[in-house]
Amino acid sequence: MAALLPLVVVWPLAATVIVFLSAGRIKGRSAGILATGAVGLSAMTGGVLAAGFMSGAVTYPLHVTLWEWMRVPGFSATIAFALDPVSLVMIAVVTIVGFLIHLYAIGYMAADPGSARFFGCMTLFVAAMLVLVLASDLLCLFIGWEGVGLCSYLLIGFWYDSPANTAAARKAFYITRIGDVAMLCGLLMMATATASLQIDGLLFAVTAGQLSPAVMTGSALLLLTGALAKSAQIPFQSWLPDAMAGPTPTSALIHAATMVTAGVYLLARLHGLFAAAAPAMAIMAAIGMLTLLVAACTALVQSDLKRILAWSTISQLGYMYLALGVGAWQAALFHLVTHACFKALLFLCAGAIIARVDHEQDIFRMGGLRRFMPGVTAAFVIGAGALAALPLVTAGFYSKEMILSAVWRGQPVLTPDFILSGHLLWGGALFGALLTALYIFRCVFLVFYGQEKTVPTGRTRWVMAVPLGCLAFLSVFVGCVEMPGDIAPVHLFTRFVDPAGMAFHPHEPVWLLLAGAITPVAGAGIAWIVWGRSGPVTRTIPETGGGTDDLLPVMPLRFVVRITRYDLPDRLAAAAGWMTRATSRMMMRARRAALHLAAERTAMVGREGTVVLVRMQNGRVRWYAGWIVAGLGAALAWAMLS
Amino acid sequence: MSLLPALVVLPVAGGVIAWLADRLHVGTGVRMRSISWFVSVVVLVLETVLLVVESLRPALQAGGWRDHFFLPWIAQMGIAVRLDMDGLSLSLIWLSLLLCLACVMFSTRQVTVSAGVFHFLFLSTLTGIIGTFLATDLFLFFFFWELMLVPMFVLIAQWGHEDRQRAAMKFFIFTQGSGLLMLLSILGLVIIHYRQTGVLTFDYFALATTGLSPLGSMLLMLGFFVAFAVKLPVVPVHVWLPDAHTQAPTTASVVLAGILLKTGGYGMIRFDIMLFPDAASRFAPVAMGLGIAGILYGAWLSCEQDDIKRLIAYSSVSHMGFVLLGLFSGSWTGMQGAIIQMLAHGLSTGALFLIAGSIQDRVHSRDMRMIGGLWAAMPRLSGAGVFFAVASLGMPGLGNFAGEFLVLLATWRVSPAMAVMAAAGLVLAAVYSLRLVNRVFLAPTRPGAQPVTDFPARQMALLGGIMVAVIVLGLYPRPFMTFAVPSALSMTAAASGERRAP
Repeated sequence: MAALLPLVVVWPLAATVIVFLSAGRIKGRSAGILATGAVGLSAMTGGVLAAGFMSGAVTYPLHVTLWEWMRVPGFSATIAFALDPVSLVMIAVVTIVGFLIHLYAIGYMAADPGSARFFGCMTLFVAAMLVLVLASDLLCLFIGWEGVGLCSYLLIGFWYDSPANTAAARKAFYITRIGDVAMLCGLLMMATATASLQIDGLLFAVTAGQLSPAVMTGSALLLLTGALAKSAQIPFQSWLPDAMAGPTPTSALIHAATMVTAGVYLLARLHGLFAAAAPAMAIMAAIGMLTLLVAACTALVQSDLKRILAWSTISQLGYMYLALGVGAWQAALFHLVTHACFKALLFLCAGAIIARVDHEQDIFRMGGLRRFMPGVTAAFVIGAGALAALPLVTAGFYSKEMILSAVWRGQPVLTPDFILSGHLLWGGALFGALLTALYIFRCVFLVFYGQEKTVPTGRTRWVMAVPLGCLAFLSVFVGCVEMPGDIAPVHLFTRFVDPAGMAFHPHEPVWLLLAGAITPVAGAGIAWIVWGRSGPVTRTIPETGGGTDDLLPVMPLRFVVRITRYDLPDRLAAAAGWMTRATSRMMMRARRAALHLAAERTAMVGREGTVVLVRMQNGRVRWYAGWIVAGLGAALAWAMLS
Repeated sequence: MSLLPALVVLPVAGGVIAWLADRLHVGTGVRMRSISWFVSVVVLVLETVLLVVESLRPALQAGGWRDHFFLPWIAQMGIAVRLDMDGLSLSLIWLSLLLCLACVMFSTRQVTVSAGVFHFLFLSTLTGIIGTFLATDLFLFFFFWELMLVPMFVLIAQWGHEDRQRAAMKFFIFTQGSGLLMLLSILGLVIIHYRQTGVLTFDYFALATTGLSPLGSMLLMLGFFVAFAVKLPVVPVHVWLPDAHTQAPTTASVVLAGILLKTGGYGMIRFDIMLFPDAASRFAPVAMGLGIAGILYGAWLSCEQDDIKRLIAYSSVSHMGFVLLGLFSGSWTGMQGAIIQMLAHGLSTGALFLIAGSIQDRVHSRDMRMIGGLWAAMPRLSGAGVFFAVASLGMPGLGNFAGEFLVLLATWRVSPAMAVMAAAGLVLAAVYSLRLVNRVFLAPTRPGAQPVTDFPARQMALLGGIMVAVIVLGLYPRPFMTFAVPSALSMTAAASGERRAP
């Protein structure tokens, strides 16, 4: 059984190596099948492990130490994997969702000449994510952590013919790299304090009080910075919307199964450390809150279909960070699972739509598509419902409800004097839920209802339709493994990931649950009134027709829309980049000038010196005799006088 | 019977043969034009065989010195031909040989203008380098140190690119001038030792026992340090490097970046830190500050280059900053990290220079704005380029990260602030590496690009070997960490009989 664990990683890695070693001999479709098969095998291996778990054939945590990576006095690191319920859940998400995305990609990328490179990078992406998920040593985890960053770079910039794409890819890598360096510093801090980065040992040292509070808080904050960058939370959010430059399956993979979830996973994995660092928790909750509101507002004014989904991912990740910040890591993990299903679904639907409307991404140029693609419409509506957390019938409802109830009870302590109010956070999160329903149903009504503006062509192939069906099924039914106590006492998920945990569902006022259920419905209703039912005023294209700006005559409101549309932090980042470049150019010039000056002066001294020396050697014997006499005289004088 | 002298002499002897062979066949036909190239290949293969034999021999002492050679040279002055090999020298010689083989396979065959002389100079540089890594007589060390300089100077000045004369001159003046400071230090040490014991010797192990005043040891240490700092290079004295690397022919660039810089690091370990441990530890804060300056400054300037070779050259300055930081962090961890970093940098940057040289051969430009995207035309070359650029940005799992992490760990123990500053260099590393990737490899093809040939399978296999080495170094550096470390200063009885030459 233990030998199966590395295999989970080896399958996709082997596919990558084979695809790249074949140097283009394995072409498009066969590369796709190979990659999909490898991820499928990985999923099956995970399934066998899970079965072993359930039947009790394996006792967890299952540790496999492959080899010792480095050993120096006072520190050692190993390449080691561990399997416990949390990593099993993550394996399931990564491999199953990853498999469906790969299957879809076979159809989506069929006509692309570079699809072998695409699939090589995709499987490497999955492999890196699996390393991240399985590693039992934080330094080993860091391999996967940077690995997903690299793969996201390669995939976002996949269509390298457009400089905008590669710029977006570099931006994603730079911003996450800043976080990675912060995380590396956190690792160094802990490694110096505990001589090892084994997760178990580290958490034990935390609970045993072997670490000083300063080290715990410091390293927790540094790790949090890394996680925020990876998950595109404020202030690192600007890379994710730009990451839409990649092929749609890549976006689905980045948003659903890999990459952005890595930060949430890391914090859930190290929840013991963060529990001991209260300020880090409070900051986490506050950033989560802020991000979920800002991102939801921004999503509300976007007109690019994929950008709306990107901002919704940032917003949903904000919910997860909020949950982590109030200590409900189980809820965050549960939301991660349901979010992976419905966000993958939404992205793949978006890909299917975009592919059929001649690569048009502006929702105001679509419309009425439900008559041409009913299947995709159904899938998208299911995904949208799950994202908006429509009560009872969607998976998103159960996970968001779990977060909301945890937030209600939470008391994040920033400093002893300054405690964030859980009730206030709950209110914000509820408002966020309203906005979520509003923006996603705005998208639904604009794209699928009303007048048709483009006529779709072609058909959605079955390799693309089957993943949509599977994901739609998951988006509806995955939530059933965990329900609020007032509806049904089903707590399979929390029992599974945290068997030792306390009862997570104490009784709460029923009106909390009702509020959480009504809000999304209300949001969808408002969206119907504004964008669905009403006339063409709200359905015109805002940029060209000036629709949105005409609707917002009040200056301050227009300003708010401006800053959300143009993403102020993004502008600031660009300005910082420009200033860096300018400074470095100035340094170059200054350096060149200084060297030039030094060289010039040296040459000048040499030249002047030559003139003097030349005067001395003028070929006249009397001058030479004179020099000899003078020298002799001086030498004698010196000898006499000293 | 020690093989060490054979190891040192073989390349230069082969070089003479290559030269003569080329001269005797001048103009006898196209097929014979590459006779000197064949000779070089044979010499390098023989050298590899010698090195394999040498590596398989049991060490003289467990975990310490592996081989030893002694022959009196100028007995009156106490100068001898003394060669000793430990794990550090052996690993660095392997690195040199691997890169030289790669050079021969990739680029030296294209040299058509006086190919015989070119190969003679190339192989004599190798002799100088191997001698430098082996010599334990300070005079002999200085001899080899200068020996590798002169042929390299000629290589740059004769076979280099447009601005070669100036670059060669700069290179020569900097290294030669600093070498003289080292000679002063050597003489000073010898004279102090003579005054104390009455024995005139240049023997490394004997001189290591010299008692020195704090000021004296600091001055002597600094003399050595300056020479090695120029070679490494350390930031204020790095100015020769970008020009020399850029203007040198491909072969010389690879040798310069891959190996010659390592002689600086090697010298710092063996003749600075081990010979003057006390002075080195007092000097450490300054050296570490210089290291950080190198990391940040080199990376920063690297971001702003348009010349592909110049970009790689500045990235070398940044990587070597990590080496300096690790060496002077005062711990074994930092030393091991620095050594891993030297090996990994030799492989990855050497390979990048090979690729840059190949690009220049094919599209006749080093300007990244002119080259345009190469992936469509040359996927193999570009794939390799992306791999080594990624290695150079410090991706975990590849060699450079292992070295950088150990250095940072050692630095964090001394001063977290310094470690944070050094780690910031990793962000800049990402910037310059990915700029390189997105301007040359994964970039839109330049309109009107001429058709070019990709790497053939044979060259790809060699690059694949280097890739595997980088991965092994990154994922399983432990053998190197225990093996490729300098041995202690004391020698066993096996060598002690010959120590005091008459």
